[in-house]
Amino acid sequence: MTPTKVAPRDAGPHLQGPRQTIMITFKDVLRQLIRDLRSEKLRTFLTIFGIVWGTVAISLMLAFGTGLHKQLVKATAGLGDRIVIAWPGLTSIPFEGLGKGRRIRISEEDLEAARSQVQGMNAISGEYTKSLRIDYATKTLPVDVSGVNAEFGSMRNLVPAAGGRCIDPIDVTQQRRVVFLGDKLAKSVFGDAPAVGKTILVNQSPFLIVGVLQAKAQDSSYNGRDADMMWIPSSTFRALTGAKYVDNFVFQATVPGQTKRVLEELRTALGKRLRFDSKDKEALGTWNTTEQFDFFDVFMLSFNAFLGVVGLLTLIVGGIGVSNIMNVVVEERTREIGIKMALGAKQGWILSQFLLETMLVTLFGGAIGFAISIGVCAVFPEQLVEYVGKPVVSPVVATLTAIALGIVGLIAGYFPARDAAKLDPVVAMKV
Amino acid sequence: MANGNGNGNGNGAIIRMSGIRKVYDTGKIMVEALTGIDLEIEKGQMVAIVGPSGSGKSTLMNLLGCLDTPTSGDYALGGQNVSGVSRDQLAEIRNRRVGFIFQNFNLLPHISALENVEMPMLFGGVPVRERHQRAGELLARVGLGDRLDHKPTELSGGQMQRVAIARALAMNPDIVLADEPTGNLDSTAGSDIMSLFTELWQQGRTMIIITHDPALARRASRVVEIRDGRIVHDQVAAA
Ligand SMILES: Nc1ncnc2c1ncn2[C@@H]1O[C@H](COP(=O)(O)OP(=O)(O)O)[C@@H](O)[C@H]1O
Ligand SMILES: [Mg+2]
Repeated sequence: MTPTKVAPRDAGPHLQGPRQTIMITFKDVLRQLIRDLRSEKLRTFLTIFGIVWGTVAISLMLAFGTGLHKQLVKATAGLGDRIVIAWPGLTSIPFEGLGKGRRIRISEEDLEAARSQVQGMNAISGEYTKSLRIDYATKTLPVDVSGVNAEFGSMRNLVPAAGGRCIDPIDVTQQRRVVFLGDKLAKSVFGDAPAVGKTILVNQSPFLIVGVLQAKAQDSSYNGRDADMMWIPSSTFRALTGAKYVDNFVFQATVPGQTKRVLEELRTALGKRLRFDSKDKEALGTWNTTEQFDFFDVFMLSFNAFLGVVGLLTLIVGGIGVSNIMNVVVEERTREIGIKMALGAKQGWILSQFLLETMLVTLFGGAIGFAISIGVCAVFPEQLVEYVGKPVVSPVVATLTAIALGIVGLIAGYFPARDAAKLDPVVAMKV
Repeated sequence: MANGNGNGNGNGAIIRMSGIRKVYDTGKIMVEALTGIDLEIEKGQMVAIVGPSGSGKSTLMNLLGCLDTPTSGDYALGGQNVSGVSRDQLAEIRNRRVGFIFQNFNLLPHISALENVEMPMLFGGVPVRERHQRAGELLARVGLGDRLDHKPTELSGGQMQRVAIARALAMNPDIVLADEPTGNLDSTAGSDIMSLFTELWQQGRTMIIITHDPALARRASRVVEIRDGRIVHDQVAAA
């Protein structure tokens, strides 16, 4: 045998410069990765599932939590902004020689006196109520009318829709014939036509409509829903109906946290002036709505803490799942990594494939999880929205969750992958 | 000679090893697998490495192919000193200069024969199109032109070893190393593979083959016998 009579040897592949090598390698890493993901269907599925699950769980939980919170606050605020509602009644405790069952009557002067005597009273307004007949064009209907002061609107969150206003101080001092309408009432009288500027008859007297209530959520009431009512200045109301005493009144402490103290002082002041026992709950009934807010604050705090803990647990469990899978991947692949290194793969190549793979899986899983969460919120039944609010998925939360899971997977996978890539190829191949 | 990688070494010695030792530290005991190897291999030689099991043949082969690093000694491959170079440089040397063929094939199971052959060119930065074309040509050359899309699991042992040979040739290496390439094959497939090796050698390849098979050893231009980690016999066949 003579090696001299050989066939011409092949010239080998055409080799690239270093720069092009990098570009080709990046594309190839992606290509290879898609191939690997496809060939390892179960593992890929499990990893993606872990990230999808974590993203959906946390996104939805926070979406429902935020929705519920917003709804609770909105609905409660429909009644008023941390107010106390009080109504006079019959005494039930004998007081300074006076018997039980005496009617307590509160006038505008009594309220003014109370306002000047009690520290920390931000606003107070009497409320006179009566069902009055109103007429507009051919329509005639009975409506619950309240006579109120200018401070009433902001305490009770009566926000005027654009183009209108609430009862103001001049309305009250000048005893103007102006009216502020509930939104449903306005709609039933005027349809979609603008109501502000029109004149309606209240008990045969013409009243100018100065504002319409902006539609709002209201989960509780004491005189019927605001949407169906109307308000006129208290002075006008008294002149119109001859009423001398308030049916109830509403006040608000300057500092919400001091509402209880302000209420106690008010009871004492009024009791002294009108001669009833300040502990007599019948003589002066009260409803402190701030207690409700306190409850919601505590409730939401515990609810958020609960969500936080569950969310953290979900992340941990999801993270452990993802990292376990990544770990298994590397173990399974150590031999493969050895073979690739034997064929000339550099450490960077091995690691970048791993990194890209984790990134792609995270991106994909996060996107699916986000889509599922949005889908669930989209098919959320409208009827329930009034009670638990509209869940809204935060893209930030979904992204952060997916990234957090991805990072866990990356960290869990990166170090074993790096260790494998550090082995001598022979050692890695023998695994 | 149209060798793209050219060793640039006038006297044609592509492998120069001197005083190579390899000690495995298993924790409990130290195994001295190679006790001092001096070896020069000329370009275009076909060397059979023989010896009893456990004598250090595979260890030597792994060192020749830069898959492992010696405990001490000097090694130059194609005129390039290999001791003390970085891991990435070693990877590049393996990629450009060495083609491996293993007893257990070491193909990647999830990808096709074509993609397996493309793998070294992928790491070598060969453009997609050329990679593809060359892998196809190499597979055709080893008689697998009609099996390009088969996964290794869909091939016989002999066919898998042919894929491995095509892969070893992909980067047109200076040396082709084969560690008991017929050890997992039946005798027919084994002799086919041996003929292929002979053919490659006749085309000018430098081949180093570990074998137990006297028939294959007889085809080689040189036989190196190893015992207990050292060379006990080195015989160049008459031309
Ligand atoms: N990774 C290793 N760790 C410890 N000892 C090893 C290792 N690889 C090989 N050896 C030992 O080195 C010696 C040579 O092994 P090897 O080169 O595989 O022999 P051969 O290929 O000739 O059968 C043997 O005694 C073997 O047990
Ligand atoms: Mg061996």
